[in-house]
Amino acid sequence: MAANATTGGTTVDSRFGTLVVPENRRSPLQRLFRRSGVRKDSAPLPLAITAWIVGLIVFFPIFQFVITGFKSEAEAVAIPPRLLPWPGYEDTSVVPETIDIESSAAAEAAAATDDGLDLRFAPTLDQYRTIFDLEFGSFFFNSLTATLVSTAVVLLLGIPAAYALSILAGARAPNALFFLISTKFLPIAGVLVPLLVIYRQLELLNTLQGLIILYIAMNLPIAIWILRSFFQDVPRDVIDAARLDGATPLQEIFQVIVPMVRPGIVATGFICMIFAWNEFFLAAFLAAVGNSTVPIFMLQYVTGEGLFWAKLSAAVTLGVLPIVLLGWAAQGQLVRGLSLGAVK
Amino acid sequence: MATISSSVPATRAPIARRSLVERIGVGRMLLYPAMLYVILVTQIPFVLTIYYSFRNYLLNRPDRDGWAGLANYQRLWDQVRDTDSAFFAALINTVVLTAGSVILAVIVGLFFAEIVNHKFPGRAIVRTLLITPFLIMPAAAALSWKNLLYNPNFGFLDWFTTTFIPTSPGPNWLGDYPLISIMIYLVWRWAPFMMLIFLAGMGSISEEVREAARMDGATAWEEFRSITLPHLRRFFMLGSLLGTVYIFQDFDPIYLMTQGGPGNESTNLSFLVYRTAVSGSNYGLASAIGVVTVILSIIAVTYLVRLLSKVFEGELSDGR
Repeated sequence: MAANATTGGTTVDSRFGTLVVPENRRSPLQRLFRRSGVRKDSAPLPLAITAWIVGLIVFFPIFQFVITGFKSEAEAVAIPPRLLPWPGYEDTSVVPETIDIESSAAAEAAAATDDGLDLRFAPTLDQYRTIFDLEFGSFFFNSLTATLVSTAVVLLLGIPAAYALSILAGARAPNALFFLISTKFLPIAGVLVPLLVIYRQLELLNTLQGLIILYIAMNLPIAIWILRSFFQDVPRDVIDAARLDGATPLQEIFQVIVPMVRPGIVATGFICMIFAWNEFFLAAFLAAVGNSTVPIFMLQYVTGEGLFWAKLSAAVTLGVLPIVLLGWAAQGQLVRGLSLGAVK
Repeated sequence: MATISSSVPATRAPIARRSLVERIGVGRMLLYPAMLYVILVTQIPFVLTIYYSFRNYLLNRPDRDGWAGLANYQRLWDQVRDTDSAFFAALINTVVLTAGSVILAVIVGLFFAEIVNHKFPGRAIVRTLLITPFLIMPAAAALSWKNLLYNPNFGFLDWFTTTFIPTSPGPNWLGDYPLISIMIYLVWRWAPFMMLIFLAGMGSISEEVREAARMDGATAWEEFRSITLPHLRRFFMLGSLLGTVYIFQDFDPIYLMTQGGPGNESTNLSFLVYRTAVSGSNYGLASAIGVVTVILSIIAVTYLVRLLSKVFEGELSDGR
């Protein structure tokens, strides 16, 4: 199989499924934001050390909840903080399970048992067992359903719309695009009250369907913008050739364009999943009762009684894991999606 | 209307061939499902918000339902002139929180971008560490910051400050400085986003220009100031526009970390709408606050978009 197919100055590298578009075929916006790669020069040692220290400090809050999820509740509030997982370690100085975390007297008592700077703790999976006993699994499953269903519908509606706005691009395309993005500039606060009224009427309050309907509307404008930027990369010649062969618009979309911009569609899907999975405001407002999404599971720890940090941390760790992994895997595409296709 | 309508009149392009007419027809059919969906789900509720804002609509007093005229807005206007009121606090807090967080996130993000834009061992790992806060679910991040870091008795920051700065009383972060604490959290969350935008910008600076500057004996700081910074201008605009849009309407950290308190010290407009509707059961007043929030957001965004398009036009006419 030939690695490269050349059509009128545009190279399609079939090994990677990526398009190498000549500079003059890109939109002005994309030309403005074109990038040529990282700097070649090496950093002096102090800068490298600074970078590492800054990176570790920024990551510390995340490291902290990940390890806290593996502690016992007493170790989670121990002073000094237990930062080193140490299998088999037996801690004799931790505070009792019954203290009040809002009390400074309890903190002083805990600090009094301080035996120097012993930062070790014995990791345990108890908290993970506890949160699954508290139905964390079904919240997780609900989040997964809401995220996947809303993203699938967004792509289904968004791909034809983005095609119409990029490749067919009539004179009204800029207005339609501007309208779409202006709905994202609207604070959700501006539509909350009617949503509550309408949802109560339609019995959509506290349902997953109700959230999915809104997550589609929330992500559709973003998806159309990102998809449009990827569609513009498709060389005109390829489309003209397909039309000469008598392809209908739907064939053109699903047999010619979609296979060519698959990485772009995947990146768009990732961005929609990040926003849907992480959404809290609408869920807290319209579906905070009963069996809802992962962020709502965490609501029970807003005014938690007694000790709950380790349980909270375990839920947080599991709750953020899918999106963090997705984001790490899609790092290269992240910036283009988050900037709505303006930055590559 | 809830949209910022463009002032450019919609002119139809002259249609030459029949096939083109057909194509435009098909284009509508492909575009309209998505457009209709968005209009239905976002615009109808907004029109209703405007309608409710002119009504007496108290959930616990249905007997008082009815046309209120401008009464809800009158109440807000009275509150604007009363510096102790919730609405006044929410207005100020929204502006301070948005402007402060966006400006700080841009500065910190620029710093992050500059340090990982050099080659050094583990660069990819550091970059990944720096991106991660933006991927963390806001509800999860806000709750773990509130407890594990900010708790005045058992939080990490309290232990850290009292241990390493023995004279420090160990401040009660969320109690004494709620707005600043939330801002620190927001900067932690948004600086990675800004970093990504700036990294894309820095990648598009040609190595020859940097090379030439170094040949002329430019120091690292001079190179950063006179090459990197000017080049990043439009990336600044883009980052601050998107940051403003999101942080302006942020709700999660306020609801989860402080519940708007103590008092109204960290209440912003989004949280006030929520509180007025859910705890206060006053749908009319909540709608009026929602309308004001939208108007303020439109003003801020229009201003930023104008600025942005001016920057873009300037760059485009440079003959690039």
